[in-house]
Parts: sequence; structure tokens; C-alpha cells
Amino acid sequence: MHGFANPARFLRIARWLMPLLMVSGVVLAAASLAWGLFFAPAEGLQGETVRILYIHVPSAWLGMGGWTAIAVASLTELVWRHPLAGIAARAVAVPGAVFTAVCLVTGSLWGRPAWGTWWVWDGRLTSMLVLLFLYFGYAALAQAASGAGQGGSRVPAVFGLIGAVNIPIIHYSVLWWNSLHQPPSISVGKSAMAVDFLVPLLIATVGFSLIFGGVVLARMRAILADIQAEARLRRKAGAAA
Amino acid sequence: MREALDPWTFIWAAYAIGVGGTALMIGWSLISMRAAERRRERSRER
Repeated sequence: MHGFANPARFLRIARWLMPLLMVSGVVLAAASLAWGLFFAPAEGLQGETVRILYIHVPSAWLGMGGWTAIAVASLTELVWRHPLAGIAARAVAVPGAVFTAVCLVTGSLWGRPAWGTWWVWDGRLTSMLVLLFLYFGYAALAQAASGAGQGGSRVPAVFGLIGAVNIPIIHYSVLWWNSLHQPPSISVGKSAMAVDFLVPLLIATVGFSLIFGGVVLARMRAILADIQAEARLRRKAGAAA
Repeated sequence: MREALDPWTFIWAAYAIGVGGTALMIGWSLISMRAAERRRERSRER
């Protein structure tokens, strides 16, 4: 793992991997959304509104997956002092927050025709909203810590680990408490969903995941470039003084 | 009694927000990456 700790080696890989992830992700996501919108069948109970599934569910998974990635990167930073782990965690915050927000808004748009309401304060919706606020808090802390030297990055890392408590709460909320939200249709190794819905959903999930990966690499490159520019300017200012 | 709502209004709105949000995020990330890498190049030249 420490083989990738060298920023020069990371940048060599990121330069070709980032556009590859972006382009393949956009192609797959666009194809799956067109499939979901125009070719997938309507569902017996929910009718046409089931098509929102192909945006809403990948966004929910990526919102939760993003925070899981922040927690793993934070642990890696705190325990092994991996120099790129903190940068990776910071880079995940924006796409994680965007997909969580998309999940909340599309869920609300799905809830109005399906449940008759835009919003209910039940366990699933509330814990997902808490996740969005956690992303905002993490982004603000990481921004503040970026100017505080080496020790400052430990604060967002600890916050990233503590915030991970919310992920199992989101997952199990529909089982623990009464909710308008349906229980999970897909779990590891089994699915209660018909193949007609499952295939475009899985392709959309792969497509959006690739986009997520590409955006994380782009943001890591930006953060690294900023750190390198600032260090160089500081060295020059020190030499001139 | 259930209201008669046109489902396609909600579907199009959800797709517009999903696609628009993703496109904005990609564009913003690429622009900020290019800007940061230009700043690094400029700091090398100074």
C-alpha cells in the first residue's frame, strides 16, 4: 500500500486512469439511464415512477459508500500515516455529498407520487439527511485543517471515523423502525428484484461508481497540485528572506 | 382517495437533477484540477 504513497507515482497512474474512469463511467451511466427511461418496463404497483430507481438507488449507495471510503482512508491515515490517505478522504467529500443530495432530492420526487408526501421524518430519510450534514461538516473541517499543518489533518480523520456510526444506522433503519421506505430489495448474493429492473440498475451503479472514482482522482490531483505549489512558494519566500 | 399526478413530471425532474448534478460535479472537479495544476506550473516558473 505504501508503494502508492509516492505522489509522483500516484500522479503517473492518475493521469491515465482518471479520464478512463470518467469516459467509461459517463458512457455506462448514460446507457443505463436511457435504458431505464425508455426501455425498462413499468412496475405493477408503482407504475412509471419506478424509473426514478436508476438514479436514486446508485446515488444512495454512493453516498453511503463515500463515507465508508472516508472512514477507511481516515483509519489508514491515523494508523499507518499513509500520506495520500488524508488527501483521498478530502477528495471523496464533495462527490459523496453530491450523491447524497441527489439521493435525497430524487427520493423526495419519488415519494410524492408513491407515498403522497415529499418528506417524512422517519429513520431512513432522517439518517440520510444526517449523512449530508456530516459531509458538510467534514468538508468544512478538512478545509480548516488544510492550513493547520500535519497535526490538523487528524481532526477530520477522527470525525470521519466517528461519522461512520451513521452508515449501519442508515442501512438497518428500515428494519429497526417503522418506515414508509421499503426494506432493502438487494443484499449481498441475493435480490428480490426482477431481472428487467436489476440489470439496468447494476449498470447504472457501475457507471456512477466509475464517475465517482474519476472525480475523486481529479480532486486528489487538484489537492496535490495546491500542496506542491504552496510548498514551492514557501521555499522560495524562505530563500529570498 | 389518491391524487392523479402525472408520474413523468417527477421522473423528468429526478433525471434532470441527477444528470445535472453529476455533470456540474464533473465539470467543477476538472476545472479546479486544471486551475490547481496551472498554479503549480506557475510556481515552478517564478
